[in-house]
Amino acid sequence: MKFLCVDCDRQMTFEERRIPGDGTLAAAFKCPACGRVVAMLTNPMETQLVASLGVKIGGTTIEPEPLETIRSQVATGREDAFTEDGERKTDNAPRWSAEAQERLERVPTFVRGMVKKIYGDYAKEHGIAEITPAVMDTARTELGLEGM
Amino acid sequence: MPLHIRTYHELTEADRSELGAQVGAQRRRVAERLAPVRRVVAVMSGKGGVGKSFVTAGLARALARAGRRVGALDADLNGPTLARLLAAAGPLAVTAGAVEPVVGADGVRCVSMAHLLEDGKPLAFKGPESDAFIWRGALEAAALRELLGDVAWGALDVLLVDLPPGIGRFHELADLLPAPPDVVTVTIPTVESADAVRRALQAARDRGARLVGVIENMSGGAFAGDAGDVLAREFAIPLLARIPFGPNDPVWQELGERL
Repeated sequence: MKFLCVDCDRQMTFEERRIPGDGTLAAAFKCPACGRVVAMLTNPMETQLVASLGVKIGGTTIEPEPLETIRSQVATGREDAFTEDGERKTDNAPRWSAEAQERLERVPTFVRGMVKKIYGDYAKEHGIAEITPAVMDTARTELGLEGM
Repeated sequence: MPLHIRTYHELTEADRSELGAQVGAQRRRVAERLAPVRRVVAVMSGKGGVGKSFVTAGLARALARAGRRVGALDADLNGPTLARLLAAAGPLAVTAGAVEPVVGADGVRCVSMAHLLEDGKPLAFKGPESDAFIWRGALEAAALRELLGDVAWGALDVLLVDLPPGIGRFHELADLLPAPPDVVTVTIPTVESADAVRRALQAARDRGARLVGVIENMSGGAFAGDAGDVLAREFAIPLLARIPFGPNDPVWQELGERL
């Protein structure tokens, strides 16, 4: 899928992705010549189809977590499916505010370890010392982590 | 005056989404993970209820007892039974960037959707219920890809992939692997089974898979027929074994030696 600014005959470039939480997705593309911006809006079925392929519109800089699609998409996953043996605290690991921890507690155990690591990696990559709900919201939008 | 609109392939500027590259990275992940695996063998049948998982488990254990390093992937996502047959209970350990398989009977390394699903619950996905038929198949293929590429299978002599009935999952497997897998087919003696398994064998051959042989399960009992012999003759492949009800260790051992 690509977008072409017909007037300028230039391929439009990805600008921003938004996931409003109602199963839909919005992605903005901009013409590098004239600056015109268009938004691609997908319905829940189209959004789900993209998620099913394990790809992200706009790309991602974060390596997928093991079994990421299964863990984020299966509705009947068992709570005790995983032991996160690989998770280790390090000195440069970002802190979790009490509010952020509370929100993390609401994530099903099936995916909690993976979600925690994704937010932790995001914070480290952006030099963020403390993960707060606001940081989680920003990361969620930037990374396309619907439902996390 | 008509608009001049370049076609998709004519647009060659850098694209931040790079969806094609993302899919390519998924394929590389599978290829790299399976690089230490000497041989991938799909256990398939066009027909349900012929004992594919039972045969897979018996074969895996026989090979392991013979000193081979064996993995067993349960690709029957909707009816997983292999973990129980191999006494490979979870949970799965997540280590550096991968999930460790559970070590089951005789040291067989196993991963199954049974490790991931709540007991008694079907495989159900999040997402809009309407039009689920459009995306459910893509999600199941993604799950299979992750079970291949996100599991630390390690160095194996053989990875047995237990496929569900039909040929759909075989095609997904062949699409995901760098090369088509070897194929072992399981039938029961009846002519009806031969009809279904014949189609599966032909599909596998058409995909370029090497047909290792056919196994006739539940042989010599209540089911009349000689499907194993018929299919072996038609496809010029070995009849690897006739497995009776309640097979003993020598039956499995002989099958393992012939694989």
